[in-house]
Amino acid sequence: MEVIRSQKRTASNDVVSNPKIPLYLTAPPLEVRLEEFELFAIDRLRVLKGVSDGLARGKNPKEMDDVVDALWKEHMRHSDASEMLNKDIISHFVIRLVYCRSDELKKWFLSMETALFRHRFRLRNFEAQRAIVGEFGLPYKAVTGAELESLKERLGQVVRSLGQISPSVVNDICCVSVCFFSFLSFAVEAVYYKVPFEEVPDLVAGRRVLIQKGHAFVAGSQLVSLVVTQFRSHISKALILTNRKWMTTIREREKDRLTPIVEALSTTYVGPDYSQSNDYADISLKDIDQVSKSSFPLCMRHLFEKLREDHHLKHGGRMQLGLFLKGVGLKLDDALAFWRAEFSKKVGSERFDKEYAYGIRHNYGKEGKRTDYTPYACQKIISSAPGVGDHHGCPYRHFSEDNLRAALGRMGLSSRGMEDVMDKVRNKHYQLACTLTFEAVYGTSCDVGINHPNQYFEESQKILKSKTPAAPV
Amino acid sequence: MTREEIESREDESMMDAPQINKPKPEEFFNVNYLRIYYGKRTLFPYSDIHKWLSYGHDGKHPGCDEYYFGRREFSFTLENDVYLRYKSFKNASSMEDAIRSHFPYKIDIGAVYSVDPDKRHAYSQTGSNVFTPVERELVFDIDITDYDDVRYCCSGADVCSKCWPLMTVAIKVIHTSLTEDFGFKHILWVFSGRRGVHCWVCDPKARRMTNEQRSAVAEYFRVYKGNENNARKVALMGYSLHPFLARSYVDYLKGFFEGELQATQSIFSTKDKYEKILAMISDEDIQSELRGKWENSARSSLSEEAISLVRWEQLKNTLQSKKHKAPTLRMCVEEIVFTFTYPRIDLEVSKQMNHLLKAPFCVHPKTGRVCVPIDPNNCDDFDPLAVPTLSQLIEEINSGGSRMDVDDDDDSDTSLLGKSIKFFRSSFLEPLLKSCKEEIESSYKTKIGKSKDSLSW
Repeated sequence: MEVIRSQKRTASNDVVSNPKIPLYLTAPPLEVRLEEFELFAIDRLRVLKGVSDGLARGKNPKEMDDVVDALWKEHMRHSDASEMLNKDIISHFVIRLVYCRSDELKKWFLSMETALFRHRFRLRNFEAQRAIVGEFGLPYKAVTGAELESLKERLGQVVRSLGQISPSVVNDICCVSVCFFSFLSFAVEAVYYKVPFEEVPDLVAGRRVLIQKGHAFVAGSQLVSLVVTQFRSHISKALILTNRKWMTTIREREKDRLTPIVEALSTTYVGPDYSQSNDYADISLKDIDQVSKSSFPLCMRHLFEKLREDHHLKHGGRMQLGLFLKGVGLKLDDALAFWRAEFSKKVGSERFDKEYAYGIRHNYGKEGKRTDYTPYACQKIISSAPGVGDHHGCPYRHFSEDNLRAALGRMGLSSRGMEDVMDKVRNKHYQLACTLTFEAVYGTSCDVGINHPNQYFEESQKILKSKTPAAPV
Repeated sequence: MTREEIESREDESMMDAPQINKPKPEEFFNVNYLRIYYGKRTLFPYSDIHKWLSYGHDGKHPGCDEYYFGRREFSFTLENDVYLRYKSFKNASSMEDAIRSHFPYKIDIGAVYSVDPDKRHAYSQTGSNVFTPVERELVFDIDITDYDDVRYCCSGADVCSKCWPLMTVAIKVIHTSLTEDFGFKHILWVFSGRRGVHCWVCDPKARRMTNEQRSAVAEYFRVYKGNENNARKVALMGYSLHPFLARSYVDYLKGFFEGELQATQSIFSTKDKYEKILAMISDEDIQSELRGKWENSARSSLSEEAISLVRWEQLKNTLQSKKHKAPTLRMCVEEIVFTFTYPRIDLEVSKQMNHLLKAPFCVHPKTGRVCVPIDPNNCDDFDPLAVPTLSQLIEEINSGGSRMDVDDDDDSDTSLLGKSIKFFRSSFLEPLLKSCKEEIESSYKTKIGKSKDSLSW
């Protein structure tokens, strides 16, 4: 209570010096005060929200390590190491209870807790990491002796295949010395673990490990992948069980005590998902061309222009643009008319009705399992993989420099503004690039940063309407 | 229907089929041909497909799950594009009856679900009865239209002997990786009927993979990241190739690029063609240097192929000497080779368990060709234009040369389809079933804690 929170001793224990990260395997047999129940949870939610913001802004892993370190120190620290551990464990279980209750909440909780775990793990030294791996009780052995010898050459190839210099250093005069430095760190590591490839999907996907006969050879420095997969899988299962318990016993039993707190906690922190558009943003078909030029972010403008040009979009493009338009306020009937008008020019209205109309109705929750799909946020769009014939994805990431400059020019950016944007792109800060574009186009600053195309649209409409309240923009 | 009734109906439709010199589209494929193909028991291999998809659960061992086959989703596409999803069958004969009553234009195979797909609404969506996929083969789909930017002989739906080798190389690269890297053993490659290939990995481990794991394998195979919005579609970072890419390059891609590809596509012989390649070199000076050499080269008496080879050598030499200028040039030569030859799989097909894929031994509606298996160890010999068509099969029946009995093990079966079915059985189905039965037996023994082999097959 007040006693605990008002004691602000200078904490001598750093988060790093407390090596244990709890695995949250079983609910703690601790007594929790009712006030602590809520307060601990709120502090942890602040951490999780901070993680979510960091990821949405496209921070790289090293930056996220710093973000997590700072967040944890600010909200979860306690002068007493064992109290700190208790708060960690209690707050996790409370939030788990809060966030097990719907698919959307579960997904968010799983992503954020996994990311939090990943970065806390990365902040530990190797010995602490090995200890944590040990706690999972994984049966994986280190590769030694003759087997290691036979793999050495290819393990070296893997290490060298991952060494890269960032493009921004290319023109740097110290490029040569960086080369040498990187070369020095191309040695094969001392410890490799032989693990079934299924256990490290992200290392497999990135071709960051040697794979042979179904086994992946994971370096000590890559252990984080292994444990994060285990952690995520465990939490995912736990969420399902917790949900069941909540639905069958806890909710009813606690309806006068914990249930109101739990229900209040969940609405506080899920960000707007733009599945229900607000009044600002209802658009009609006759305005759509004008609105696309004035208020669409670059990704959607590109898709829209390509649709008008080719009278067709492949599946990824249809999803990205279609859901965006839904979020912007395009009603189902208008959407069907819009897509039919375009597609009929290429494939005929009969084929449209047969092959494409169903998909649009599906997006609006009128077919299949009737899920009302939410428009994609920037993070999802950036991480998509446009292939042959596709136009979806994030132009700041997926376009070549020339094409991006041309597109930005069409949006009206000056050469100075364009350089700032291209600089962000080179450093892989795609959402910041989009934010700068927004600021340049509307002549205003956007402090929160763009992390959703519909957010871009709404902010843009707000600005334009405040300038000319009567006319359609 | 009795055998006589079927045969007399066939005679009728044979009389109706007009004598033609130029084949019209309906002659490749029509409902009457389909009735014969699915109607006779000696063409579409019903019992082989059933045995395959039962994975050893034939009810003859106490460890069998007799409901396993019934939980598999099938879908039918009928004439007039009517689409029927979530079909499931208790056993081989109900599958046969359904196919024989609908004569579908296309049959797709989906996942094995937690409950019978056609009864999914009978179960609530919560608790342990949620309708969800539990097993599904790891599948890949490679379509030659995804290579249109690097093949000059055909485009779109066409395929010919000059560009089909791209599929052959793709099979070799992926198959080697599936067996050597991932350790899979039961892999079926199938011709898609027109312009591509499908791959079915049927090991138990593969069937139980999660969507995330499937996605990881698909991304492992992914190199080409191109569309019209970027020029450098293959970007190989780092100081060397990953061992998988290195092996693919050395064993298959390099040789194919410098040999067969030059002969069939002559990718340097005209300005349009070589400009596309120059655009992949991220250094203007090198581009100009090479352009200068090629633009002005006199009309020589060399063939297109020879010109291409000369220019390739020039490019390699220039890049070799200049590769330290920038990191993006380090593996430019390899990038070019990969752009033209490395497999381009359709990622979406592989990533999700509930994705449906066309069944082997279906007939392709646009070509009339049967979707026959391809032997990955002899894929150089596969010719997509020599695959039996529906009309050829029917003619064979009419001239009395068809297979006599579907269960005949006689090696003298030389019918058009017989060879493919035989290959399916001996190279794929038999080893698979043997291994499945061993697994069922051993997991049963573990379950009941018996150490003696008191129950044998």
